[in-house]
Amino acid sequence: MRNDFRARNHPAYWAFAVHRVSGVLLTVFLPLHFWALAQALQGEARLESFLRWTDQPLVKIAEVGLVVLLAAHMAGGVRLLMLEFLAWREWQKTLIAVATALSLAFGLAFLLNLL
Amino acid sequence: MGTALSVLHVRVWRGTESGEYQEFQVPRLESQTVLDVVTHIQRKLDPTLSYRFACRVGMCGSCAMTVNGKARWTCRTHVASVSDEERLEIGPLRNLPVIKDLVTDMAPFFDKWAAAKGQFRGSATRNDDFARVSPESRQRRLVDESIECIGCGVCYSSCDVVTWKPDYLGPAALTRAWTLVNDVRDVDQRERLTAVAGDAGCHACHTQMTCTERCPKKLSPTAGIAGLKRAVLSAALKGEI
Ligand code: FES
Repeated sequence: MRNDFRARNHPAYWAFAVHRVSGVLLTVFLPLHFWALAQALQGEARLESFLRWTDQPLVKIAEVGLVVLLAAHMAGGVRLLMLEFLAWREWQKTLIAVATALSLAFGLAFLLNLL
Repeated sequence: MGTALSVLHVRVWRGTESGEYQEFQVPRLESQTVLDVVTHIQRKLDPTLSYRFACRVGMCGSCAMTVNGKARWTCRTHVASVSDEERLEIGPLRNLPVIKDLVTDMAPFFDKWAAAKGQFRGSATRNDDFARVSPESRQRRLVDESIECIGCGVCYSSCDVVTWKPDYLGPAALTRAWTLVNDVRDVDQRERLTAVAGDAGCHACHTQMTCTERCPKKLSPTAGIAGLKRAVLSAALKGEI
């Protein structure tokens, strides 16, 4: 028999889930990112028109999402490194909170800068 | 037995891997444990119900079951702390073959302790003096952090990696290996690190920490597994394994 969500609903599992999902989404995004950079090779005009496209509000909002994903994945990765290489028993839940706060702070900073 | 405070609605797994939950009504008593509930059902309502227990005081590790979706030691779990509006759902441990009702086959669980080289092997004979290990030493303290395992299988049953990768040694076996890695008298260190370094070993852990969340003895298999990862890494760098 298998476990259901009741067994999984605790902070460290959520941290795992966020790390995994953000990792997968970033993997999907990366080719797109490289494609966008490649536009520069096609000449200034191509890149310029692409950059103008990214000025749309919806794209801007998506960018904030991306920054949050990136920050979440990074903070989660740092948390894992700390769990594995430092003595941490007492403060592992604090680590999750710090990682979450950090990623949201990055997202917010990016958002404010945009506005 | 005291007077009933109310009625508990209890769904209990009947069958093997396939089966269904059967509903029972059990008088709710003060300070009642989940094991008391199961015992009441078997003694008063349906003697064909199968379950396991022995010590009733949290020492033997035989009474673990899945209670309202989470693995628990039932003899030390009060109904008050787990019942959801006077409802209980009691099933067998997950990730292990179900023999009947609430009884699982623990053989795969303990086979993995053996596979993780969970046996102590020393070099001293009966003619040698006692080994002297300072309780203050770093390694002895690390042993202390994991030695209280009662082998109940709660961590193993809770672990998603075991579900996804059935040959994964699992949190309990790896915790056992970690206590022995820190046992300065043991002479099988290289073999043990090799045993836990493989695909099914410590590196398969995804740090979901459900084991640490659920361990009734408040041990942290995640900490032990992290320790094993470091030990394996340093042994590999030194070319020992
Ligand atoms: S019956 Fe022994 S630990 Fe619960």
